[in-house]
Amino acid sequence: MENSQEYQLQVKDIHLSFGGLMALNGVTTGVRKGEIFSIIGPNGAGKTCLLNCINRFYHPEKGQVIFEDRDISEMKPHKIASLGIARTFQNVELFAHMTVLDNIKLGAHVHLKSGFLSGGIYYGKSRTEEILLRKEIEEKIIDLLEIEHIRKQVVHALPYGLQKRVELARALAMKPRVLLLDEPATGMNLEETEDMARFILDINEEWETTIILIEHDMGVVMDISDRICVLDFGQKIAEGKPQEIRLNENVIKAYLGEEDITYSRLGA
Amino acid sequence: MRCGDFKETYIKDEEIFQSLFVKFCLGLFFIFLIIFPFVTSAYLVYVANMIGFSIIAAVGLNLLTGFTGQISLGHAAFVGVGAYTSAILVTRLGFSFWLSIPFAGLIAAFAGMIIGIPSLRVKGLYLCIATLAAQFIFEFVFIHWESMTKGITGINIPAPSIGSLQFVTEKEFYWITLFFVVLGVGYARNLVRSRMGRAFVAIRDRDLSAEIIGINLFRYKLSAFAISSFYAGVAGALWVTFLKVVTPDHFPFMLSIQYLAMIIVGGLGSTLGSIFGAIFITLAPELLNYLSEVVKAYAPGHEEIFVPMKEVVFGLLIVLFLIFEPRGLAEIWNRIKNFFRLWPFSY
Repeated sequence: MENSQEYQLQVKDIHLSFGGLMALNGVTTGVRKGEIFSIIGPNGAGKTCLLNCINRFYHPEKGQVIFEDRDISEMKPHKIASLGIARTFQNVELFAHMTVLDNIKLGAHVHLKSGFLSGGIYYGKSRTEEILLRKEIEEKIIDLLEIEHIRKQVVHALPYGLQKRVELARALAMKPRVLLLDEPATGMNLEETEDMARFILDINEEWETTIILIEHDMGVVMDISDRICVLDFGQKIAEGKPQEIRLNENVIKAYLGEEDITYSRLGA
Repeated sequence: MRCGDFKETYIKDEEIFQSLFVKFCLGLFFIFLIIFPFVTSAYLVYVANMIGFSIIAAVGLNLLTGFTGQISLGHAAFVGVGAYTSAILVTRLGFSFWLSIPFAGLIAAFAGMIIGIPSLRVKGLYLCIATLAAQFIFEFVFIHWESMTKGITGINIPAPSIGSLQFVTEKEFYWITLFFVVLGVGYARNLVRSRMGRAFVAIRDRDLSAEIIGINLFRYKLSAFAISSFYAGVAGALWVTFLKVVTPDHFPFMLSIQYLAMIIVGGLGSTLGSIFGAIFITLAPELLNYLSEVVKAYAPGHEEIFVPMKEVVFGLLIVLFLIFEPRGLAEIWNRIKNFFRLWPFSY
């Protein structure tokens, strides 16, 4: 076993059930700083549940979530955001009636200081703060994700692929230390998928953000992950480097069933 | 984007009034507002005052319902709380009118926060009913807490003054109203483009992801209730000081509905919309009054038809507006603006 000290974010023995259904059954894993860590598994394996437990949307019956040596198992979701854990959702959860810019600005909520008085007066400090925020978003995030052309458009009218990108931009505005991405490339064509993979690598390298990724596109997962964790029916069945996972017996059996299908799907 | 309209700094791009032309028009409008009481009749200035109070209250309600998405059926109650606070402070404790205004706002905000507590647990229609309860509780209190509110006889309020300057007539009070309207609208417009206002809209659009980006839902929902009720309180204090009397009859349930109608007709989630809505809902009955007078002159002996007709027409107008532009007068305004943006060469 690796030394648990080196993990930036760690889940220990998470149990979660809905009625009689065990969604997570004693999952223990951890992510090191600066890693791209993928969680894969068949539908209903509990991947999103695991992210929801980290975010505290779900309250696991048992187990701990430890972030940078702090137990965050009892914190409120908005507190967790202020620690620097950002996430995107499987189904885009943007603020549909706001512009792209406003959506991204909202991501920086925890880093801003203006309250109801200074915000309403909008002069001096709070104005400077807004302008600096705008500058930072434009020059760092919008530029990185290549969404200049849509920044003033209202989100709900945008195509799905761009919405996913805006959601990533919003998560980036939180200046996250750990970024949880729930199926960022779902429903995208090949080109968009490649763009997304490139963005994830860029973020990981330039921002030194730890990334936890749930994805069904095996090409993406195998290419960009440092380590992979495989879930099946709420249990971890394997964890390791992409090459190890590719050849792991349990994964082949449990995750993809027949051996020959596996080879074609995993691209081994 | 307007042709040839390029911004070179972020400051320029974040401005509310984007072009020199808009600022010029705004300047003209302000000059009009200042000249207005000198050139019109006392009655029209009275109507302008009523519009002003409605604007303040409607802007407040729009912050809560339009921006934060928490429907409130008890807005008139908070207007009442502010009105009674000011009246009691001025008549019993000898506060000056000016000092009583912030207190009226604060007490109303406090009442709003208490009524807002259920908003963490209940949403939509259920919250609607919870705020409806507020309306009836406060109405009851206004009527029956006689030692404080003097019940249905009401409280007479002296006219405000600065030094020897008295604000008794409609025209004199107009300046007070104008001052608070400009202040209130400006504050709201700035609030919704800064951190807090964005958080409000985030809660309305998707509270799940609002929480994930670090917005404390409870705190912000209560803040929305507080700020909205603050506006209501200030509007109430101004209104009853203008009328020089406050009775429980001033704050019926109908008034809450009217405020809701203002922001729906004007445009939910738009500060400009609240202004349009307040003007429309206040002005339309007055116009219809006038029209029915005219019609009466031409068709004598049919008063019994035309006088009640104006209620029907008023209702019909609201319905027609909602059918043809569900996003309110503010959206119609935007469309007109966009049309002229490229006019006359729209391609």
